[in-house]
Amino acid sequence: MTTYPVLDKKDTRSGFGEGLLEVGKQDDRVVALCADLTGSLKMDAFAKEFPDRFFQVGIAEANMMGMAAGMTIGGKIPYTGTFANFSTGRVYDQVRQSIAYSGKNVKICASHAGLTLGEDGATHQILEDIGLMRMLPGMAVVVPADFNQTKQATMALADHEGPVYLRFGRPKWPVFIPADMPFEIGKAQVLSEGTDVTLIACGHLVWKALEAAAELEKQGIHAEVINMHTIKPLDEEAVLASVGKTGCVVTCEEHNRYGGLGEAVAQVLTTHHGVPQEFVAVNDSFGESGTPEELLKKYGLDTPDVVAAARRAIKRK
Amino acid sequence: MTAPSTSTASSTSVKELQSIASQVRRDIVRMVHACQSGHPGGSLGCTDYMVALYFHVLRHDPENFTMDGIGEDLFFLSNGHISPLFYSVLAHSGYFPLEELNTFRRLNSRLQGHPTTHEGLPGVRIASGSLGQGLSVAVGAALAKKLNGDPSLIYSLHGDGELQEGQVWEAAMAAAGKKVDNLISTVDWNGRQIDGDVDDVMPLGDLHAKWTAFGWEVMEMEGNDMASVLQGLEQAKGLTGKGKPVMILMRTEMGKGVDFMEGSHKWHGVAPNDAQLEAALKQLPETLGDY
Repeated sequence: MTTYPVLDKKDTRSGFGEGLLEVGKQDDRVVALCADLTGSLKMDAFAKEFPDRFFQVGIAEANMMGMAAGMTIGGKIPYTGTFANFSTGRVYDQVRQSIAYSGKNVKICASHAGLTLGEDGATHQILEDIGLMRMLPGMAVVVPADFNQTKQATMALADHEGPVYLRFGRPKWPVFIPADMPFEIGKAQVLSEGTDVTLIACGHLVWKALEAAAELEKQGIHAEVINMHTIKPLDEEAVLASVGKTGCVVTCEEHNRYGGLGEAVAQVLTTHHGVPQEFVAVNDSFGESGTPEELLKKYGLDTPDVVAAARRAIKRK
Repeated sequence: MTAPSTSTASSTSVKELQSIASQVRRDIVRMVHACQSGHPGGSLGCTDYMVALYFHVLRHDPENFTMDGIGEDLFFLSNGHISPLFYSVLAHSGYFPLEELNTFRRLNSRLQGHPTTHEGLPGVRIASGSLGQGLSVAVGAALAKKLNGDPSLIYSLHGDGELQEGQVWEAAMAAAGKKVDNLISTVDWNGRQIDGDVDDVMPLGDLHAKWTAFGWEVMEMEGNDMASVLQGLEQAKGLTGKGKPVMILMRTEMGKGVDFMEGSHKWHGVAPNDAQLEAALKQLPETLGDY
């Protein structure tokens, strides 16, 4: 299998911050709005470099979404920044009507998603956001795997016409995607080829999938690992090409098993090529306080959980 | 011979605008009657304002509609349920053919029940209908104008019942906080909403004091008198560019122009039957020709 050395440990939100600054330098249509979380979202550098194009809106997320929609009228490319919970559930109707239905070119950038937010607990650990955003017609959903990819994705959003939901997180996490690996919205990355089982993962769990693939390799099982950084539009060809070889799938996500990556993949499989699928996801519950690693373990999203799911999937072939 | 005085010029204009308003009111009741659904009450109440805005105040280019509207004044309708009025005014302005008013609320129409950009109707720049969202959009568009160095103005219209939505006050704070002084917002202060009088449903308190406290330049206007509307909008324009957003609290009568629709909230979202249509049209002279 292909191995990926850990280059560093960095938070994906810092990748967003660097990407935002960079894309701000390249394209003066880019503006940024933040609802009192500039430090948490690592938007300080953009705010300092481009004070005229940065809008601190205070703790008023609904208004931020509407303002961002309005700023597209006149040709701006607004990036909104707040936690994933406040980027989706709190403002769902604003995103639905003023952004998605109105077809506005707003980039909704959401940090602190999922369990790995950690100690703040379930009020902030949204596990339903991928599903919420996936359901909106015309909304792209991007969940990059590490710091490097979050930076790339942040910059790529500016060239994507239409609304996008970009989901990233809080903890320091292995950086393993080479900075020069080509990134394209909607184009999955086969990180490692295999023949026995396909592991399709997004976000922080891509690293867990790679760890699981290494463990499976020791057990004589050759896993294919796909980084599905774009949940919508889903790269159906990549899914079908892989299951054509392996005949079974494990999906891995830091999200409720309902509505997320797993269901998106299942829809492709049931429509085109039915094969056994196992879900590594939160089993329809809220999270709780704890460290990221403790939480991933307790809620069944750790490396051994991926290994076990792969063995179950293979058995069902 | 001296040049015509301002009052002469505007009185001519007032008469023309009143004539357009009469036709627009006919369009509203005919559209709502034709599909037996829609919102005539607020539409009739805001007709004078919208006619004054689109036919006298806005600097806009209906034949060459662009979403960005660079160099044009832009209008945002937040209380999207008064779509019959919006559509009639847009059509008479030249944004799309008048005949299209026949398709209001029908299958495959660009004239959806509530306005949307989704079907590509020229003149509409944001979807509205779910209340309370339009002021935020207007603030964003006004800030984009400033970033672009575009001196044009942003106008927006809101229901008074709509002010019960918290997002409106978030936007009010932002507009003042960001010194959005190229924005003239208007509240349709008719005192009524679907369930009854606003004071009974959820009182708004001292609106003038509230908007003032939020940092806006606030003025009041009689919204069903064309001369007052013209004067009010002119006054509002004079208040722009001074560091504060401008709010016009506009007194109107829901259902204005059709006697049996006035004085009640009951015609907020009810269509007239055949006899009521006939009675309404008798009160509204056909001035420009029915669509």
